[in-house]
Amino acid sequence: MLKKIYNFYYDGFRKMTWGRRLWGIILVKLFIMFAILRLFFFPDLLKRDFDSDEERADYVLEQLTNP
Amino acid sequence: MRSGPITCWNNLLIPEQMLESIDMSLVDWSRGQFALTAMFHWIFVPLTLGLSFIVAFMHTIYVRTGDEEWKQTTKFWMKLFGINFAIGVATGIILEFEFGTNWSNYSWFVGDIFGAPLAIEGILAFFLESTFIAVMFFGWNKVSKRFHLLASWLTAFGASLSAVWILVANAWMQHPVGTVFNPETARNEMISFWDVIFSEVAVNKFLHTISSSFLLASIFVIGVSAWFLLRKREVLFARRSTVIASVFGVITAIATIVTGDSSARIVAREQPMKFAAMEALYEGQTHAPLVAIGAVRTDTSSSSYSREDFIFKIEIPNALSYMVFLTPSGFVPGISDLVFGNEEEGYISYEERIERGAVAIQTLKDLKKAKDRGDEQSYNTLREKFNDPVWLDQYYQHFGFGYYKGRELKELIPNVKLSFYSFHVMVILGGHFLIFTIVALWLSLKNRWGNHRWLLWVALLTLPMPWIASQAGWVVAELGRQPWVVYELMPTIAAVTRLKPVAVQITFWIFLLTFTLLFIAEIRIMLSQIKKGPGGK
Repeated sequence: MLKKIYNFYYDGFRKMTWGRRLWGIILVKLFIMFAILRLFFFPDLLKRDFDSDEERADYVLEQLTNP
Repeated sequence: MRSGPITCWNNLLIPEQMLESIDMSLVDWSRGQFALTAMFHWIFVPLTLGLSFIVAFMHTIYVRTGDEEWKQTTKFWMKLFGINFAIGVATGIILEFEFGTNWSNYSWFVGDIFGAPLAIEGILAFFLESTFIAVMFFGWNKVSKRFHLLASWLTAFGASLSAVWILVANAWMQHPVGTVFNPETARNEMISFWDVIFSEVAVNKFLHTISSSFLLASIFVIGVSAWFLLRKREVLFARRSTVIASVFGVITAIATIVTGDSSARIVAREQPMKFAAMEALYEGQTHAPLVAIGAVRTDTSSSSYSREDFIFKIEIPNALSYMVFLTPSGFVPGISDLVFGNEEEGYISYEERIERGAVAIQTLKDLKKAKDRGDEQSYNTLREKFNDPVWLDQYYQHFGFGYYKGRELKELIPNVKLSFYSFHVMVILGGHFLIFTIVALWLSLKNRWGNHRWLLWVALLTLPMPWIASQAGWVVAELGRQPWVVYELMPTIAAVTRLKPVAVQITFWIFLLTFTLLFIAEIRIMLSQIKKGPGGK
């Protein structure tokens, strides 16, 4: 069964014609998004800078109550 | 805490001493960045949603008839669906990046409300779409015809189903229900999943979005088919495609108008300021007329906030009151009624709401202080307020207004000009789409579609219009509710992460460049495949 599924996908990708270009675009896009944008420009700040939810809550409360 | 509450993120976070005043350019750039990402993402989504169903219809006809011409037709539109899906896929994830970086206060505040629907969306999208899209594209002659067809249908339903969740989350931001605010964690907690997903706003938003997306795809198919007919190429394919798309188009155009009408009624009730902005209505009235068409200009001289005056307008008497209340005697509040209050009609002034909101914020601040100093008695007294329905109704309900204490009232009014034009462009185009799809269907059924070249040109020129209408709809929904991120609870000035504006500007331009390149790629690949036609490899 697993081999059948593998062959299905393998054959599908192998016989792709116009789809190859699209996969190229998808991979470049995913690389830009995850390896560049996510890594260097878009950290999850609260997750990165605080160890616990209590600290995160404290920080956000501070922000919300000091407009 | 790892490195202090305001850590240096590539030196682009604002230092603590500068936190007192939020730079509006930061809010504007952050909003601009989010709008750019969301609107770019929305170029692809509606076509994916609608085209997947059109492909499934065609695929069904092929399986039922065994007609090879239908197989070619199905494969052609499936190819265009694939191109659109590939270019658009994952562009929405950038929005989630932005939540964590640019809108961290907001993403914490909304908590599970956003997390749960988006997690479900992620899982559904991954399993349904990626699994069945593969079967859809690779399955020709590899799996049984029926299973292959099932994959096409599941792809279509999977795409729509994944749209449900993001729309539910958005609907909650427009109309927060089914949740309570926990002042200890500063998060909203879901108390009723069903209230969140079946709120009137969520249901209507889903139906209006999905029907307008189906309509967009129908017009795309009719437009592309018209190009073939104009060139006298693939005539049978183009006529058949037009029949399917125009049937789907008429049904979904009617559905879009009906859901749009109920959406306006809901907006009028739940977000009266947005509704007033959509109609540039400043003074509320009974027997309010609906502006069918008009042009506005900004007049800065007359009041404490600039207002839009009509250069000209054509009105339908009583129609606005009737649209909202189903009776012409219904009072539709204008911007002035909402800002300055209207006791007779039960509208509290914004100044009063600001005062009450400030009390709610101060209570939250006092609660935190009591907790920090271990004053249990004060803490319990203050904590109890957040469970008291009367206090919640009198004060917490206006929480977001508290951020405008000492600021100008005009900051609480959305951009009226843009809201007005976006709304009217959307409505006028919606009317055009209904007439257009009816004509296309009528002539197709009479086998006369394609006989009039000017009509084919109309079809071709109409092709980009649903995108304009769809984006205008997004502008009405999102810009019209400004300044709120979570309606009347959290404004953009409180939701935004206090980064340096230059940090947001850098990513804005990176996105603009990336998105432009992707868009060019989409158009080029799409055009080259269309030129090849259904027979092309």
